[in-house]
Amino acid sequence: MNVVTVEWYLALGALLFTIGALGVMLRRNVIVMFMSIELMLNAVNLVFVALARHLHSVDGQVAVFFVMTVAAAEAAVGLAIIIAAFRNRETVNADELNWLRG
Amino acid sequence: MHQAASNAPAAALLVHAGYLWLILALPLFGVLFNLFLGKRAGKAAVSLVAPGVVGAAFVVACYAFVQLLSLPPGSALTQTLYPWIHAGNLAVNVAFRLDALSGTMVMIVTGVGFLIHVYSVGYMHEDERYSRYFTYLNLFTLAMLTLVLGDSLPLLFVGWEGVGVCSYLLIGFWFSETANAAAGKKAFVVNRIGDAGFLLAVFLLFWHMGGANGLRFDEIAAQVDQIPPHILTAVGLLFFVGAMGKSAQLPLYVWLPDAMAGPTPVSALIHAATMVTAGVYLIARMSFLYVLAPGALEVVAIVGALTALFAASIGLLQTDIKKVLAYSTVSQLGYMFLALGVGAFSAAIFHLMTHAFFKGLLFLGAGSVIHGMSGEQDMRKMGGLRTHMPVTFRTFFIGTIAIAGIPGFAGFFSKDLVLASAFAEGHIGLWFIGVLAAGMTAFYMFRLLFMTFYGECRADEKTKHHIHESPKTMTVPLVVLAILSIVGGYISLPMHLLWGDKLGEFLAPVLAAHGVHHLSIPLELALMATSVSVAASGIALAYLFYVARPELPGQLAEQAGALYKVVLNKYYVDEIYDAAIVRPTLYGSRMLWRWFDVAVIDAAVNGVAAFVAGNARVWRRVQTGNVQHYAASLLVGAAVVLAYYALL
Repeated sequence: MNVVTVEWYLALGALLFTIGALGVMLRRNVIVMFMSIELMLNAVNLVFVALARHLHSVDGQVAVFFVMTVAAAEAAVGLAIIIAAFRNRETVNADELNWLRG
Repeated sequence: MHQAASNAPAAALLVHAGYLWLILALPLFGVLFNLFLGKRAGKAAVSLVAPGVVGAAFVVACYAFVQLLSLPPGSALTQTLYPWIHAGNLAVNVAFRLDALSGTMVMIVTGVGFLIHVYSVGYMHEDERYSRYFTYLNLFTLAMLTLVLGDSLPLLFVGWEGVGVCSYLLIGFWFSETANAAAGKKAFVVNRIGDAGFLLAVFLLFWHMGGANGLRFDEIAAQVDQIPPHILTAVGLLFFVGAMGKSAQLPLYVWLPDAMAGPTPVSALIHAATMVTAGVYLIARMSFLYVLAPGALEVVAIVGALTALFAASIGLLQTDIKKVLAYSTVSQLGYMFLALGVGAFSAAIFHLMTHAFFKGLLFLGAGSVIHGMSGEQDMRKMGGLRTHMPVTFRTFFIGTIAIAGIPGFAGFFSKDLVLASAFAEGHIGLWFIGVLAAGMTAFYMFRLLFMTFYGECRADEKTKHHIHESPKTMTVPLVVLAILSIVGGYISLPMHLLWGDKLGEFLAPVLAAHGVHHLSIPLELALMATSVSVAASGIALAYLFYVARPELPGQLAEQAGALYKVVLNKYYVDEIYDAAIVRPTLYGSRMLWRWFDVAVIDAAVNGVAAFVAGNARVWRRVQTGNVQHYAASLLVGAAVVLAYYALL
């Protein structure tokens, strides 16, 4: 009988984080990259919650609240930037949004 | 040789005089008025204020002088205004001291200065920068009075530099001519060389004086005998370097003849009567130090005598009326230093005073001639002005016989006292040089007189038609100075006649005694007869050359050949300085500019900039502007940090 131990959660978190990271690296659409970042954040949240349960400590759960708050703020600012960029360039392709090239 | 040389002046009675600041404040008011309001107020107001403030200062100076005379000998009027520099051991106050020496100087500066201000009203009337001219002239008066009234070396130095700046400004007053601006610059640079000596002397003195002090003259006098003699000799020589620059002695005299580029009243006031005597005043002021440094005094005497002869010989052949007077001034200053050097400090001040009268007169007379000749300065184009300009001629004649040493006129008494002192102190050689120079003086002055005022007029028709006597504002100062050139000498009579050496007695308490040897009356009469007969032969020779047989000088010049050419070209001193000092300095500066400024300093600065720019050019490629590249580097960085901790 398979017991779902903490390792399962950690593995799932690592998998989600990797998917998110690869999404940020490889996708060109900034909105998709944005969603990938959310995925990475939630992968971390999952690991926090799993370890909190495993270690019988609420510290991890508290950290999750902070991450969620920051993520919400980041989503608001990030989407605003993307909309502003789109209005100027009519594109959401990361390759074309390179105004800060040195 | 030096009998009982007393170091410090006799314990002086110091009397507070709360009005001394007025003597300086009046010219200061003139400066501010002429500078800020002069142009708006108009020429009439400037003509009233500029000479007026100097005249008022003269009145205050007279009042102070009378008060000084009522006090016992050796007293001084003093006033301390405010603390100036208080740092460590140095405590300098802005304080003034009017004693016999500075009192005499203040009377000369304000008195002769007032006359020359009045004269300038006439002389400069056509000038566009009229109020600016009087700003400078008032500023000069202010600086010169600071120089003589300051009771400490630092305050004296303020005046010393101030008169230098005014001299520079006024020599180059007509700076639109490059030559005039260059003459001003030359005067400034040569004076800086002297000033360096002055400053070093002050530093050396302060270094060797114990305890807190303000470099006041009485403080220095009180401590001077505790300073080792070789230091005193060094200090004395360095002060003399300063005096060489300011008072145009060998080898730093070269700026004074060029200073004639300025307006003629400036030449009279600054470059004859007052500023150039600052060096004489300095050494007389420090006489208590010099009597303890006989070596330095010896140098002063020798340089003075040589300058007197050297400059007089150049004056023999000059053709520019002002240049003759300039070399004459250098030569007469040489007499003053000769007197200082043999320890006859009061004789030097006496000659300074009579020289201020007759040389001021001669310069103003020359200015009047130039004014009447429409700006012509070449004596070869003058002549016969006697009838056209009677007042100028008569006063100039008095000035000429005064400087030539004709008995009864000011120059005779003072020059005779200088030469007799040199003889009495045993400097027979220097006395002989002085007598020789006196003969030359008589010759070149009468040559000037004959070429300018006698014979046929050699000017062109247009100038000749325009010749006129100068206005009253110019002739009245001439008359006053002429009277002073006659009576000025009677203040110090030789051989205890009547009241005797009154000026010498008056000055004695503030000047160090330097074993005055008295000559027997027959010997003194013999010396007098010698110098008078030498002067008379100079005059006779001038009469022969320039009135009786005018063809003689040309023939003589051809026979003398090389010597004539050397003297005519002023011994090529300017050329030698140019080749030995000016050009090497310019060459060295140019080399430093090219090989150090450009090759090292500029290269270092530009190198740093180029290095940074090159780096930036490489590393700017890192900033692609693509957000995914940044994310990748972030990830790699995070991975490296993690790996680092994992492997530890």
